[in-house]
Amino acid sequence: MKICVLVKEVPDAAVQKRIDPGTMRLDRSGEKNLNPFDTHALEAAMQIKEGGAIPVEEVVAVTMGPDSAVRALHKAVALGADRSVHLSDEALAGSDVCATGYALAKVLESESPDLVLLGQQSDDGECYTIGAVVADHLQMPSLTQVIKIDVTDGKLRCERQAEYGYDTVEVALPAVISVGDAINEPRYPSLKAIMGAKKKPLDAKATGDVGIDAGQVGAEGSKTAVLALNPPPQKEAGEIIEDEDTNETVEKIVAWLDERKLI
Amino acid sequence: MAGILVYALHDDEGNFNKNSLGAISEAAKLAGEIGGEAAALVVGDVADDACAALGNYGAAKVYRAKSVPEGLAQPIVDAMAKVIQDNGISYALFGGGLLGFEIGAGLTARLGAGVTMEVTEVKVQDGKLVAERPILQDSQIADVGYVGEPGIIIGRLNAFDANETGGSAAVEDVEVELSPWSTKATMVQRGEQRGADVNIEDADILVGGGRGLGAAEGFKLAEELAESMGGAVAATRAVVDAGWYPYAAQIGQTGKTVAPKLYLAAGISGAIQHKVGMQNSENILAINKDPNAPIFEFSDLGVVGDLHKIVPKLTEAIKAKKGG
Repeated sequence: MKICVLVKEVPDAAVQKRIDPGTMRLDRSGEKNLNPFDTHALEAAMQIKEGGAIPVEEVVAVTMGPDSAVRALHKAVALGADRSVHLSDEALAGSDVCATGYALAKVLESESPDLVLLGQQSDDGECYTIGAVVADHLQMPSLTQVIKIDVTDGKLRCERQAEYGYDTVEVALPAVISVGDAINEPRYPSLKAIMGAKKKPLDAKATGDVGIDAGQVGAEGSKTAVLALNPPPQKEAGEIIEDEDTNETVEKIVAWLDERKLI
Repeated sequence: MAGILVYALHDDEGNFNKNSLGAISEAAKLAGEIGGEAAALVVGDVADDACAALGNYGAAKVYRAKSVPEGLAQPIVDAMAKVIQDNGISYALFGGGLLGFEIGAGLTARLGAGVTMEVTEVKVQDGKLVAERPILQDSQIADVGYVGEPGIIIGRLNAFDANETGGSAAVEDVEVELSPWSTKATMVQRGEQRGADVNIEDADILVGGGRGLGAAEGFKLAEELAESMGGAVAATRAVVDAGWYPYAAQIGQTGKTVAPKLYLAAGISGAIQHKVGMQNSENILAINKDPNAPIFEFSDLGVVGDLHKIVPKLTEAIKAKKGG
């Protein structure tokens, strides 16, 4: 089978993120990195491939983003993907969740995967939703925040935490699964894999190459619009006690708890 | 009709989720402002009385899709899409939770609709709903409007409070044809309990333990303190990853969201991923030896000091006070 792993380039966690006031979009010019949540999806793909319960011919990393997103694909390939696909087009800039999910579904459709894996969220926009959007477009079953995948009889047996405890769900292929970070401990790429990453095939695709209707993507094709950005309400600073005499500190804490009827 | 449809999640006994009830109350308030009605969608064979009782939280109408199973998103996407289209509903609103995210996302694709998630407040501007969504680690709030209808709003956990206003909802059964791909995932087991049986989401008092506890054994301090106050113990992502405490107790972006009366953070720095899981607690008390820890920015009482010295004495003091 063929596994496609959706990956995303996100600003480095160490870089202060900011919104460009002109466009109201995230300023993506900072240092870039592979979304850490996506490394768990790549690792899950590699474990399925290496596990042998189902033959995996190919693991393909797929991303949508500007030219710089190639770096995220190189990292994905260094972590084990056999090749990568980069959907990049000016027309996609400013796409919201609805438009992004549609565009990703179209590029995935061109790969006809048996399984699409992705991380449960991205480190920037914090959208937990993309997997389910993509799945409905692809008309595939889907499950998010999965923390265990077993392949048996050509089906996936998945576990996750839901509202009332752990759910075990059987999912037929093809399917779209987003994984939680508790699913595995991603491997580190070897130096050899990092060095070889740029030599693995990378297909660049534009919207027209995968049949994306330009009217449904980009800021113009989006169904939400950011109207304003405001600072969050400031919470009044709390009281601070420096612990010098612990008995006294404890007395103060107990009094504070007592005042609020917490003990 | 500018109606708002809420998905009302329930457990296997037919008890509705409190985030869903909150979303119904929020929808009722907003519907009043935009000149429409709040409706709820219930799947599965839930009794008439139980459905009608959602009127107590503000639902004017309850659509019940008896043949649609509860617990997996895609069949519910089918049901919601049908009810929205058949009734010309303008917005879908979800209380916080995993299924709401999945159903809302599926509807986005199905109906070509705009979606916002992690929404903390919804307001009305020019007769339309605008969602307030914190972004960039809660450093800014984006006001997001919708282009066309319907608009989909997915709340953050505990964003909407349930209000009992009295009343009874009209119940209407709907027949839903499931999409072929909606039947390709099947529930094998729902709601299995594992490990610690404490439900940290319902605890009034929580002692959260972080790296500052020093080692897995350090959790004994947190447990004793929690026990002295009749509370439960929660943990940060970092210590769960380190294997010091079970995953079921994890709070934060990748764990659970809690809003107890007291959250006592012991040795927790207060990274945003943890903050989003506990910031709605009524009282936050933090003990940390680093005076620059972010947790002090949003705690009501911050104690700068060594928790290994303070916590055991605090436990004793609370026991003594309770005993006396």
